[in-house]
Amino acid sequence: MFADHLQPNLSPDTVEKVPNRNGYGEGLLEAGKRDDRVVALSCDLTGSTRTNMFSEAFPERFIQIGVAEQNMASVGSGMAAMGKIPFIASYAMFSPGRNWEQIRTTIAYNNSNVKIVGAHAGVSVGPDGATHQAVEDIAIMRAVPNMIVIAPSDVHEARKVTLAAAKHDGPIYFRLGRSATPVVTTPESPFEIGKAVRMYSRDVSLEKKVGIVVTGSLLFNALMAAEKLEKEGTGASVLHMPTIKPLDTEALEEFAKEHDALVTVEEHQIIGGLGGAVAEHLSGTVPTMIARMGVDDEFGQSGEPDELIEHYGMGIDSIAARAKTLV
Amino acid sequence: MQYLTSEEVQSLELKANTIRQSIIEMLTEAGSGHTAGPLGMADVFTLLYFGILKHDPKDPDWDERDRVVLSNGHICPLLYATLAHAGYFPVEELLTLRKLGSRLQGHPHKGALPGIETSSGPLGSGISQAVGMALAERIDNPYSSKFMYCLTGDGELNEGQIWEALMLAGREKLNNLIVIVDRNGIQIDGYTKDVMPLEPLAEKFESFNFDVQEVDGHSMRALNDAIGKAQAVYSQPSVIITHTIASKGVDVFERDFRWHGNPPGKGPEDRVEHEKQAEVALKKLRTLAGLIEAQDS
Repeated sequence: MFADHLQPNLSPDTVEKVPNRNGYGEGLLEAGKRDDRVVALSCDLTGSTRTNMFSEAFPERFIQIGVAEQNMASVGSGMAAMGKIPFIASYAMFSPGRNWEQIRTTIAYNNSNVKIVGAHAGVSVGPDGATHQAVEDIAIMRAVPNMIVIAPSDVHEARKVTLAAAKHDGPIYFRLGRSATPVVTTPESPFEIGKAVRMYSRDVSLEKKVGIVVTGSLLFNALMAAEKLEKEGTGASVLHMPTIKPLDTEALEEFAKEHDALVTVEEHQIIGGLGGAVAEHLSGTVPTMIARMGVDDEFGQSGEPDELIEHYGMGIDSIAARAKTLV
Repeated sequence: MQYLTSEEVQSLELKANTIRQSIIEMLTEAGSGHTAGPLGMADVFTLLYFGILKHDPKDPDWDERDRVVLSNGHICPLLYATLAHAGYFPVEELLTLRKLGSRLQGHPHKGALPGIETSSGPLGSGISQAVGMALAERIDNPYSSKFMYCLTGDGELNEGQIWEALMLAGREKLNNLIVIVDRNGIQIDGYTKDVMPLEPLAEKFESFNFDVQEVDGHSMRALNDAIGKAQAVYSQPSVIITHTIASKGVDVFERDFRWHGNPPGKGPEDRVEHEKQAEVALKKLRTLAGLIEAQDS
């Protein structure tokens, strides 16, 4: 059963699709209106990161950095040291990809109030190919102390994440996608940094019980897979974990206890991302059979976003099939 | 500071000498760390903290203070010694350098110790941070009299990020930014001219739209004048290339790149053996290189 705060009648044929980076643009503009300490930095990708909504409204609080992601991270740190709340946006491949050390030392180690926004994350970047498809960003950011790591699902959640990030004092990384992805949540759906949300609850009359833990825009595929499993006689639930660090361990343990096995789903390497985080935690608390789904230690390639999601085994049928093998 | 009187110059030079002695003591006690840079830049730091900066050691977070960003974090023994002698924390604490639990980390950690504005060590990111500070200050107060000083090394200029930051500073005409380069001509692997030639350095900075000065990094008056001029530049960021002598003050260590990353007791032995390096260095400093008798302490 779908959570009651989701969009009604979710189905692959009818679901509305919008890039979740639009939610960043809207949220940033709103955050900028609410708090004049908010500043935005961009590395020559102002339109495609949707920073343009802010830069047009507040040109005096927008810094065009040029194609220089390392500089952007440290300029952001310097601005935060003077009391600003910088949002630094580029493609995830370049920030935090190119500038990881600057983020580690000048943002995280300084505990600097900088928000790092990695757009165009995941293989769903599409035709640009593997050079532009960041599928390692969660792993490299999750390993950094002081850093919060978030993968919003859709446009509404991305807006909420942006507003919450502006209010939170400390470094945050969040990733966004390029392509239009299903709008699953509503403006009323809950979002809180560090909290997981149950998005689909299993039919308790079914004997077999599998739990799907998901982050980012694959939430929709996870929900559809759960519905499919239920129709085929396997009870399935979905726990959405937009915040990968800090992990909502209480919700996760409860979820694990309630199911016979778990599947984790993320548009990221299965090494070091959500699946890694879930396995690390549960292995010491609630040992559980876990199948990690995502990109399996390989690079992406050119293709259409939906094709690539299917190709790398993150489609609805792949998730359902894998889940079924576990219970 | 305006024109320096002879008494002021002498007082600053004595202070720099005291700070150099602390550096030798700290490094010897720590058993690791960098010697050449801290000794070489001691005059610049002394002038900054005892003659130039708007700051308050008793209120390190005072909002109106000038900001000092140490980009070449490995010369932090000098920053620590200067801060302690300026009254930020007890001088005795200097001997905890690099020890477990110390506030004096091997490379600076913001928040660990009063007066540290940024964490640094990985080279190349300091100018960017100072540029961020300068930009933020200009948004809040275009007529601010705060200056952002960024100290950087010449070997550090190999880093690409430096030039990213300079491009931005030049475009933004950040007249509240003053970059000070330690041009001592050495880096870990050798002389800068051999490892990665930088010249023509002044022209490089000029082409990035900086006001450029070159001065003797051991002349209090020349440094004082240069910083005063840099503060007066209206429409550009400034850089002061301070020509310094690596390990200045201890003649038997001077100009030798092998002193870059070694403490007394572990440096090159061709002139002084390990066991005597600290003692010789302290004696040189305490006697002003043999000009006066050492006092028994």
